Amino acid sequence: MLDDPALSLSIAPAAKRRSRQWLRVLSPLALLILWQIGCSTGWISSRTLAAPSQVIASFIDLTSDGSLQHHLLVSLGRVAKGMAVALVVGGSLALLAGLSRTGEYVIDAPMQMLRTLPVLALIPFFIIWFGIGEVPKVALVAVAAVFPIYLTLYSGIRGVDPKLIELAKIIGLSRGAMIRHVILPGALPTALVGVRYSLGISWLILVAAEQVNASSGIGYLMNDARDFMRIDILVVGLLIYACLGLIVDILVRWLERRLLGWRPSFVNSAT
Amino acid sequence: MVNVRGLSRRFGTTLALDNVDLTLQSGEFVALLGRSGSGKSTLLRTLAGLDAPTAGTVQVPAERMVVFQEPRLLPWKTATENVALGLKGRGARDQARAALAEVGLEHRLDAYPGTLSGGEAQRTALARALVRDPKLLLLDEPFAALDALTRMRMHGLIESLWKRHRLSVLLITHDVDEAILLADRALVIDKGRMVASIDIGLQRPRDLGQPGFFTLRKRLLNAIGVTDAEVHESAASDLHGAPDSTVVQHSIAMA
Repeated sequence: MLDDPALSLSIAPAAKRRSRQWLRVLSPLALLILWQIGCSTGWISSRTLAAPSQVIASFIDLTSDGSLQHHLLVSLGRVAKGMAVALVVGGSLALLAGLSRTGEYVIDAPMQMLRTLPVLALIPFFIIWFGIGEVPKVALVAVAAVFPIYLTLYSGIRGVDPKLIELAKIIGLSRGAMIRHVILPGALPTALVGVRYSLGISWLILVAAEQVNASSGIGYLMNDARDFMRIDILVVGLLIYACLGLIVDILVRWLERRLLGWRPSFVNSAT
Repeated sequence: MVNVRGLSRRFGTTLALDNVDLTLQSGEFVALLGRSGSGKSTLLRTLAGLDAPTAGTVQVPAERMVVFQEPRLLPWKTATENVALGLKGRGARDQARAALAEVGLEHRLDAYPGTLSGGEAQRTALARALVRDPKLLLLDEPFAALDALTRMRMHGLIESLWKRHRLSVLLITHDVDEAILLADRALVIDKGRMVASIDIGLQRPRDLGQPGFFTLRKRLLNAIGVTDAEVHESAASDLHGAPDSTVVQHSIAMA
């Protein structure tokens, strides 16, 4: 998840690489076939795991009446809202703590203490404080996602090469211009790792949050399926989560490519 | 142009600069030589306004720019953006392009620093300094990290820019030959004190084989505190082009 593009840049000859890429597709495919055979022949009980064919059937079922799309949109909305809050709050706190000593003293210590709290243990509190509506779910996502964003942006700001800051002073940049042109771009690569991490965590938290008194969302769908022993739907839910994780990863990679195009590793792979 | 009187700088218990006087005429090219830890960088940082003196007075023009040993380019900005950074007005980008063209980089305007060679990056840093029209250019061992060939070309470039822009230049270096090739005057600093000021009256353009070069070299090395024996050794090693041989001979002499 955190692999550096520079490291993943294979140096093997192209032909050899292509043959190995085939293997990457082949092995999951083989597993899938084994799974199907296992279910069809009865080695795997239908009470343990649903067959891939059955999973596909219920997936089509759920999408044809639009219920899956509905639940997915609701979950996406919660993650989006939670992430938005986390980005604004975590980003502002990191800027305050990163750019001023006073800010660091006031903000950093409590943040470092709070980040060690297991977020899921806050669920009872959030129900008491915010009830059982949308607010506690979004708030849980926001709280979980805020720390990686805060921590990485803060350390990114503090990690900017002091020689570049000195140079900015010599050429007479104002404080605002220095933050915009030197400090923020310098902190961005680290901060993006935090964003990636936050997005991963927010899905994790949402599954748990949506199993508490929800009437929609992927978590609710799975909770409901559990009550009715619909293992096929549970598997569909798992697959949705896996796909979302992948999509989020692709999104952040794309973002990195756009924002960090100046990195030699990107520049070289582009030409 | 530059007038420093009785400058001292103390870091804790060590005295980095001890009652230093320094004068630079307008348009003068001065080289400041010294061993590492002699205080030469502290002096440059004081002139650049990056370090405050403990005692003494420092007069420098406000229009001063620094080029460091590392180019200090922002890796997320192209060469042009780096040079134009902080310039006011509409023509900033054009000014930056013109400055890059002047240092011979018209073909690398949109290159990111990560793709520039060491010499190109240092020339970009030079363009960034020149585009601000400084009266005083402070150079902190700007060629030390470059290979010998690139360094020779940079010497020529610096000399022509100095003439064209009528700059005052203070070049910090530990390379005696570099000082003799470029400077009107060479100062030697040792343990925070100015110990010598030697005029270099050689005809320009200069080269290492010029009459008088070797004498100046010897005088400067003596002023730095390199003994006569060391001078001969390093001269011999220069002829053979093997800097390591100095070290070898030292260890033999000591054994």
